[in-house]
Amino acid sequence: MQSRTFILLTLLVAAACFAAAQLVSNNYVFFAGYTVLQFIVLATAWNILGGYCGYVNFGSAAFFALGAYSTVFFYKAFPMPIPALIVIGGLVSGIVGFGMGYLTLRLRGSFFAIATLALAVVLQTLIVNWDYVGGSRGAYIIRPNTIAFAGREIPYIEYLFLLMLTLAALAIIAARTIERSRLGFGFATIRDDELAAEASGVPTLRLKLIATTISGALMGMAGAPFPYYIGYLQPQSAFALDYAVNSIAMPMIGGTASWIGPLIGAILLGTIQQVATVTISSAVNVLIVGVLLVLFVIIAPNGLVGLVQDLMRRGRP
Amino acid sequence: MDFPFELLINAIIAGVLLGGFYIAVTVGISIAFGMLDIVNIAHPAFIILGSYLAYIINASFGLDPVLVGLLMLPVFFVLGAAVYQVYYLSFEKRGQEALRGLAFFFGILFITEVALILVFGVDYRYVEAPYIGPAAHFAFIDLPFRMLIPCVLALGMFAALQLYLGRTYVGRAIMAVAQDQGALSLMAANPIRIKRIAFGISIATAAMAGAFLIIIQPVEPSVGREYIGRVFAICVLGGLGSLPGTVIAALLLGVVESITATFYGPSWAPAVSFGFLLLTLAFRPAGILGR
Repeated sequence: MQSRTFILLTLLVAAACFAAAQLVSNNYVFFAGYTVLQFIVLATAWNILGGYCGYVNFGSAAFFALGAYSTVFFYKAFPMPIPALIVIGGLVSGIVGFGMGYLTLRLRGSFFAIATLALAVVLQTLIVNWDYVGGSRGAYIIRPNTIAFAGREIPYIEYLFLLMLTLAALAIIAARTIERSRLGFGFATIRDDELAAEASGVPTLRLKLIATTISGALMGMAGAPFPYYIGYLQPQSAFALDYAVNSIAMPMIGGTASWIGPLIGAILLGTIQQVATVTISSAVNVLIVGVLLVLFVIIAPNGLVGLVQDLMRRGRP
Repeated sequence: MDFPFELLINAIIAGVLLGGFYIAVTVGISIAFGMLDIVNIAHPAFIILGSYLAYIINASFGLDPVLVGLLMLPVFFVLGAAVYQVYYLSFEKRGQEALRGLAFFFGILFITEVALILVFGVDYRYVEAPYIGPAAHFAFIDLPFRMLIPCVLALGMFAALQLYLGRTYVGRAIMAVAQDQGALSLMAANPIRIKRIAFGISIATAAMAGAFLIIIQPVEPSVGREYIGRVFAICVLGGLGSLPGTVIAALLLGVVESITATFYGPSWAPAVSFGFLLLTLAFRPAGILGR
């Protein structure tokens, strides 16, 4: 498929999603849909570094929270419309991602993973001790009920949904573009054999830094509208382990090789969790995600996409 | 004199005691990560599991937590060996330990934490033992027994491990597998079996560390997360696979954390280990005693 067709198709699907959600008179669809879309962005972002380059980032929650807290900071210091805040959240998280990568990516892969794991704990410590953005008490964000958009008043949650939908479409288009570009091939060489890539003249450190920065920035962008969504942001909800686990589990369960894996994983797991949160309990649904993650990495290392490909290959002798 | 000299001395001593406990927490990671190259980020989860076992048995039978830790050593050894077997068959053998192996341990960490929350809730749990509470006093120095006993026992456990690794056949084989797995199989020793034993030992130390942890402080399921940064900071700072380096790094981190907590407040303490980790990775990735 041509890239232009793909972009057009993605945008069409996104528009169809928005139109379909409009048909349901209940606002809950937008609240639930927002969460699923947010996971699509996080999973796609994680996969750019994790799936394409083979470097595990355990700190998704940290990058997400950075975006969310940069919004809280600017909400208090210098109010701005949300699209501007998304750009800022992306910049902040991208810069932190670059810094982390610069310090740890020259070493063996596992050091980067460990450093990202510790990053979440430390950023949370900093936020808890920073009273301006609410400290451990948390911060309130007053969300207007409606907003003027394209000439008419729409409920604010629809506006947030639309923003996240656009972000999800952008993330998917970015992931697919990277996958098919020189950059993506460079990433793949790192994943398959970094030493050989380095020896063949692939600038591995530079490519890894690019991947970390893009991935971190997308996660920050996903986090930026979050304070408006939740209304009251406290460190525990911004740094929730759910984000870290889900953004790893979704690509792993969907399949890490291409953009469609994280998308499938996020829609599937995200929907299951929305249903489970309502019907069972939120603690049980995160347990389900953990168990699925472990089962999939052991039994189906290439995720659902890999399983389907195996089936198709078997069907055609 | 303005400077609170007595406070500083007490902070340093408390830090040394804390560091002693950190030895017990980290020694398992030093074996798994440093020697076997298995990035077991779920190690803190096993420690918390040990703490909860100590709590359950202490609460229902009144058994001393240290004794529970000792009794749990073989159980955790078998658990560790089983986890390694799964890890080996699913990831190491297929050469996928970098991405999926890490995700596997992350999943275990997460499942343990959530399962403990579901069973016990997020309330803090503690154990009862005669030595929790009283302290020894020398002049202005306080030595609380709840810190002193884990520190001394951790040093004992460390010495026993060091002797085992240096003096016995299997221990030397573990040191060898860390250096060259291929050479070990040429010497007619099965490297997978040796690694299984080593990983079992690594998880067994978590049983003791868990008992120590719940003696030192009340425990709730997510406490383990704070220890991830800490154990890896100590392990990397000490030099991968170097047990003496681990001791020095653990004591150092304990003292710095204790001083930070005394003079700037305990809420800053978790940031110290991360600072250590990043600085080490940036300037001396080989660690203090690394080669």
